[in-house]
Amino acid sequence: MKVPCYISATGLVTPLGFSVKDNFNLLLKDISAIQKHKDGTISATSFYAAMLSEEKIDAQFQQLGNPKKFTKLEKMMLLSLGQTLASSAVKISAKTALIVATTKGNIDALEQDSSFEEKRAYLPELAKKLVAFYNFTTQPIIVSNACVSGILAVAVAKRILTTDLYDNAVIVAGDLVTKFTLSGFQSFQALSDSPCKPYSKYRNGITLGEGAASVFVSKEKPDSNAVQILGDGTSNDANHISGPSRTGEGLYRSILTAMTEAQLEANEIDFISAHGTATLYNDEMESIAFTRRRLQHVPLHSLKGVFGHTLGASGLLETVIGLEMMHQKTMLPSVGFDVVGVSKPLHILRQLQHQPIDVLLKTASGFGGCNTAVLFKKVS
Amino acid sequence: MDNTYFISDFCHITAEEVSVNGTVILKNETAGFETFLKEVYQAIDLKYSKFFKMDTLSKLTFLGAELLLKKEGSDVENWKETALVFSNKSSSLETDRKHQQSIEDSENFYPSPAVFVYTLPNIGMGEVAIRHQLQTDNAFFVFDEFEPEFLQKYTVSLLQEKKCSQILCGWTEVDGVSRHGFFYVVSQHGTTLHTKQNIKNIYTQS
Repeated sequence: MKVPCYISATGLVTPLGFSVKDNFNLLLKDISAIQKHKDGTISATSFYAAMLSEEKIDAQFQQLGNPKKFTKLEKMMLLSLGQTLASSAVKISAKTALIVATTKGNIDALEQDSSFEEKRAYLPELAKKLVAFYNFTTQPIIVSNACVSGILAVAVAKRILTTDLYDNAVIVAGDLVTKFTLSGFQSFQALSDSPCKPYSKYRNGITLGEGAASVFVSKEKPDSNAVQILGDGTSNDANHISGPSRTGEGLYRSILTAMTEAQLEANEIDFISAHGTATLYNDEMESIAFTRRRLQHVPLHSLKGVFGHTLGASGLLETVIGLEMMHQKTMLPSVGFDVVGVSKPLHILRQLQHQPIDVLLKTASGFGGCNTAVLFKKVS
Repeated sequence: MDNTYFISDFCHITAEEVSVNGTVILKNETAGFETFLKEVYQAIDLKYSKFFKMDTLSKLTFLGAELLLKKEGSDVENWKETALVFSNKSSSLETDRKHQQSIEDSENFYPSPAVFVYTLPNIGMGEVAIRHQLQTDNAFFVFDEFEPEFLQKYTVSLLQEKKCSQILCGWTEVDGVSRHGFFYVVSQHGTTLHTKQNIKNIYTQS
């Protein structure tokens, strides 16, 4: 029942830019999207976050439609989808799935002074807007599984392409920085008081970010720039709903499952795009899980120091950057990392390196004890 | 190939009653939904104090798993490899509204981590995983309505990847007056074939 499937087109909307190329060019220059913000509508005190102004989004969105008709997140997702659909040149058919990955969707529609109806906060309503805009004909599949949503959606796409329901799938992931999420993480005392520093001795929490990413997944092997989804694994820690396992059990098992399915050994993995949220417990847990899986020598980064934690979008957003690294034969550094602050030494990249990546491992972990790992391989 | 799997057991939890494999085990006489869930907890003789900290969606999810996974004589090795595939329409919106209320007014700003952690629809699956020690695959989907065809195909493809030996599927909708928990186990044991039509039939049996 193995059906090879490939990612051949991507799209990205982040504070760094409105295309994968624009984003990547700034990443090459070590630029971070995290800034200090003073916005009373989101927080009474100033905070660090990677945010995208609605004016900038609207300026881009003019070419697609009327910006007033769509929420900020819908516009970001539609812009990202537009890039992916254009570069894949896919003809959307009755066998094209739309997978939407998000943690909180249009949660800002719950705010009293929102200019949109409360109804917009229902995730199916968000998906309906995307379906109608690009004329998808299948029921949208929404994955909302905390911070693994974006990468879990890739595993879901691979899985549903083995059924006779679909030939290909478009995945879009997105999340916002809102008063809702910021106040929640503040109440957990999980927010960093400076731009987050994954794996650093000086890390003290997450920095939130917002963005949208999209990919096209097909059973048909593309002519160029093909990357195959080789294996995936998802495993629950079965330990705690809001903290990671001390032994990294779920992450370890999810990587093991993905490697077993992909039939790959540790020394065949060239790069790890890790989750690295910069909380004390998460990064420590990752160092244990990667070491248990003998991946401590594999070059690794977290992109949270660049884009912040984009919640449900992060897994797909970081995958899109990972795929671009594979195409550009470039390993991007882990921004914010200085002195190692995890108990098991990992190969955390401090400097950009021009080196080929044939096999990339992407991992993510989240509330509810969830962990997901997906392996990607470049195919010629 | 699809039909080599069976719906081994199923249950419904609604505001009116709880039924397992079509047999009503508890009726709600007067209580509101949240109180009724506590009555179910007592009726099945549970001792798990964390239950009372959970939001309604997680309580519902937890009880559904409890009714189906703790069956007497069930194969322990088998249920350790139970994957979780859950879905609903309203995600965690009911708890989301509570968190939103606590932050809406800057004069009266009291966000609570105990509420915020439940503003994710997959937390209930996390509670089930902890309770039954399931270090397995789990995914939470959101659909406008119950999607038997997708769930049937997705479940089978997950089973065929050999990443689990059985799957607990759940539809857990909690939003205002709309409250319904529907749970079923898909495995290689049973008599009811795991088909789209059969899933649909038992879903509408509440």
